[in-house]
Amino acid sequence: MNYIIGAFKSPCNISITLADGRTRKQVPLKKENGQMTKVPLFQSQENIAGEVSIEPIQGKKLEHTGVKIELLGQIEMYFDRGNFYDFTSLVRELDVPGDLYEKKTYPFEFSTVEMPYESYNGINVRLRYVLKVTVSRNYVSNIVEYQDFVVRNYTPVPSINNSIKMEVGIEDCLHIEFEYNKSKYHLKDVILGKIYFLLVRIKIKNMELEVRRRESTGSGPSTYVETETLAKFELMDGAPVRGESIPIRLFLSPYELTPTYRNINNKFNVKYYLNLVLVDEEDRRYFKQQEITIYRLQETS
Amino acid sequence: MITDGIEDEEKWLAEGIAGLQQNAFYMHRSLDSNNLRDALKYSAQMLSELRTSRLSPHKYYDLYMRAFDELRKLEMFFKEETKRGCSIIDLYELVQHAGNILPRLYLLCTVGSVYIKSKEAPAKDVLKDLVEMCRGVQHPVRGLFLRSYLSQVSRDKLPDIGSEYEGDADTVTDAVEFVLQNFTEMNKLWVRMQHQLRPAIGLSGLQGPAREKEKREKERSELRDLVGKNLHVLSQIEGIDLDMYKDTVLPRVLEQVVNCKDELAQYYLMDCIIQVFPDEYHLQTLEMLLGACPQLQPTVDIKTVLSQLMERLSNYAASSAEVLPEFLQVEAFSKLSNAIGKVIEAQVDMPVVGSISLYVSLLTFTLRVHPDRLDYVDQVLGACVKKLSGKAKIEDSKATKQIVALLSAPLEKYNDIGIALKLSNYPRVMDHLDNGTNKVMAVVIIQSIMKNTSCISTADKVEALFELIKGLIKDLDGTPVDELDEEDFKEEQNSVGRLIHMFYNDDPEEMLKIISVVRKHILTGGPTRLAFTVPPLIFSALKLVRRLQGQDGDVIGEDMPATPKKIFQLLHQTIEALLSVPAPELALRLYLQCAEAANDCDLELVAYEFFTQAFILYEEEIADSKAQVTAIHLIIGTLQRMNIFGVENRDTLTHKATGYSAKLLKKPDQCKAVYACSHLFWADDQDGIKDGERYLYFFEKGNPQITSSVIQGLIELITTEMQSDNSTPDPSADAFFATTLRYIEFQKQKGGVMGEKYEAIKV
Repeated sequence: MNYIIGAFKSPCNISITLADGRTRKQVPLKKENGQMTKVPLFQSQENIAGEVSIEPIQGKKLEHTGVKIELLGQIEMYFDRGNFYDFTSLVRELDVPGDLYEKKTYPFEFSTVEMPYESYNGINVRLRYVLKVTVSRNYVSNIVEYQDFVVRNYTPVPSINNSIKMEVGIEDCLHIEFEYNKSKYHLKDVILGKIYFLLVRIKIKNMELEVRRRESTGSGPSTYVETETLAKFELMDGAPVRGESIPIRLFLSPYELTPTYRNINNKFNVKYYLNLVLVDEEDRRYFKQQEITIYRLQETS
Repeated sequence: MITDGIEDEEKWLAEGIAGLQQNAFYMHRSLDSNNLRDALKYSAQMLSELRTSRLSPHKYYDLYMRAFDELRKLEMFFKEETKRGCSIIDLYELVQHAGNILPRLYLLCTVGSVYIKSKEAPAKDVLKDLVEMCRGVQHPVRGLFLRSYLSQVSRDKLPDIGSEYEGDADTVTDAVEFVLQNFTEMNKLWVRMQHQLRPAIGLSGLQGPAREKEKREKERSELRDLVGKNLHVLSQIEGIDLDMYKDTVLPRVLEQVVNCKDELAQYYLMDCIIQVFPDEYHLQTLEMLLGACPQLQPTVDIKTVLSQLMERLSNYAASSAEVLPEFLQVEAFSKLSNAIGKVIEAQVDMPVVGSISLYVSLLTFTLRVHPDRLDYVDQVLGACVKKLSGKAKIEDSKATKQIVALLSAPLEKYNDIGIALKLSNYPRVMDHLDNGTNKVMAVVIIQSIMKNTSCISTADKVEALFELIKGLIKDLDGTPVDELDEEDFKEEQNSVGRLIHMFYNDDPEEMLKIISVVRKHILTGGPTRLAFTVPPLIFSALKLVRRLQGQDGDVIGEDMPATPKKIFQLLHQTIEALLSVPAPELALRLYLQCAEAANDCDLELVAYEFFTQAFILYEEEIADSKAQVTAIHLIIGTLQRMNIFGVENRDTLTHKATGYSAKLLKKPDQCKAVYACSHLFWADDQDGIKDGERYLYFFEKGNPQITSSVIQGLIELITTEMQSDNSTPDPSADAFFATTLRYIEFQKQKGGVMGEKYEAIKV
């Protein structure tokens, strides 16, 4: 039995080691099988360098028609499974065709790689970066090894960041004025603001602020839109009276947010909204949704 | 159905407690293993039990207290956590990640408390943040408890003067600001509670709206101390000096009180203000405090509030004489008086009892603070009269009670009826009392006089006093006579009698005037009263007579109004009035008294006249044999002491008395009376009657015509009587008789004048 399994076993071990692998920051990434793994973190314009070592199984000769390493940026639509779209593809040839008898190490480097999009794991779409080593062979399938990595890009503090202020209401029923201190928040930001009740004729039970993510994929008639509520944050308990002003302070750090992604390679969008919801005693919901922009601020520490 | 509601509530409470305990258990485990994240998670879940809307405030409190205890442990943990290096700022953020607001804010307050203690941020910033964030809970009950928790955890961390949290950036102003804000918000929530229906209770249609409202009001008052606690905290802040109190604290508190427009809250909070802040502050801010009163809702029980205030101020004034100038300086009286006027004006629907009790409080205040200002007292009474004017007598028993209190206060204070008599409005207030109470009041007045043994020394005062107690002196219109309790009546009239003795003036002329006034009044009293009131008057007059008698020399002269003669004339007429009662026995006694007094004044004719009157009375009015016996003895006794009568007059009277004595119904009575009469003769030394012979009379029936033959006859009679079988032998009588005989024998043997006299008697 062992022998038979051995027949399907890869004839060699391939490992990809990054030059700064020990010092580079690792972040968790959810693999396709659902398990979490730690992968290195990069940002655009960085050099990605390291070495690939190939070690044939003890005592066996490995015949190949060439060894290469690719850096791929892929967008994968789940409704179009199996169909990857590579928006970035860089290749380095590591070896010419020949035979391998023992472990061999190949250095590689991709310098100042343009990686404009961030890694993203959504509901209908996935954007990933991967290093792919291929040992090409005749007659039998190629031997392939992948190394995922994550890209995050940082944005400076926006120069213009207005507050969001709006008066809304239902005539003779409910009039409120709300204010969020900014329109652009970074991922660890805190949303401050207040809701001012101008007129209250309904019996409000509570009020909450939701952070919602709207992911739209595809284009034209085959656009898929998924909305997720990431945060449900109770702002108020009980019924306010006219003139009452309720403070908002929502820390974004506990929630798994990503920056806002607009028109990623014409394939998808990820947008964030703040949804203010008032619930009355009959559980009717009154809400007002406002888009906010989320960005990734370089962590100073 | 109602009991079902209560049972449900018990069930819900039990569920709440169970949930709370379970999460508390997990929380403890997390605390023990220093697992901050889990500790926060379970504590938030534990606190989620407080999100219930189904419990009444009472039950909710139970749940709250349990959570409170658990939060103390959590606070300890946070404190240790910061010592272990966890940044308090991070902790402060971390607890705010909780999705539900109520657990979030409880946790925030708990961490906030540690935050202030750590002094990593100025206390005022943390406090301000906490009190602002708590706005998120608008549910009245939950909000009240949350803010009460905030108040509880922060009260030892206020940047008060001398507190360790006071610093450059933190001043007492911040502490005050924080407490005031929390107070304002809590009061708003509390007021709003009345509009809040608990769904579980509200749905049961079996309870009427009125009942529902009542229930809510009850629940509200259960929570009032949560609100009032803030004022208490304020009063404990040492840094609040008078200026700050005047400029910030009181105006802000009053603004909230006035603006909340809620009866229950206004009453409670005004009371709180008065109770928690120091008296000297009240005194200095009197105008402001009083200014708020007319702005309160018309249904608020301001009178109690004001009464409390005046009570406190009175006590303050009484505490030390040094503070009195302050009262004068701020014109406390006129301010209070004005305020009361305004309140009464503003609250049209206030029952009479309300306004009167206000005046009572004001009066008490005045008496304590300005005992020297009688005009103030009269002013208060005057205001009360004004309020009552145009109204019939007061029927309401409570109002009556208050008026009595109003009238009693000056008496108690001054212990001098003279003061009360000076108050022109005093009787006018009394006029508003119903007859029964009027009498009670009159008795109170008299008792006051008695207690203090204060003399009323002028006729004017007496006149005024009688005006006050006229309820006792005569029948007022409409008093149903049959309703009178006899004992009460006697009691009342006796007190009037005692009162009459309190009238005294050294000047006989004035005294006579007093007596005339008294006489004038008591004669209006009708038959039933006279028996009680005339005797004291008579004796009082007789006292005067005796006084005059002492200074005889001075009073000679026709122009002197106060001569004994005149007085006796007056007395005579007064006693005559008793005949209409009729009270002949009493009249008789009084005549005799007068006669005796006349005797002492050497007025023979007057004395004779009195005796004549007495005899006429005896003859015509006294029919009862026992009464006759008593009367005759009195007559004899008095007569015996008379020494001014000439022989003729005396004989007439003596013989009359003896004659009456002999006509008494029973033999022993006759005997005793006749024996008594013998004194009369002895006093005249007539016939040299001796003791022994009178003893003779004492034992035997006899005749006052004492001659030796009569005695002889008597002795024979006695002998026969004693020897006859029908009389039981009496050894002492026998012995005595024997002694008497022996005595006669002895006198014979002795010879001389006496011997000759006795010679005629044969034993």
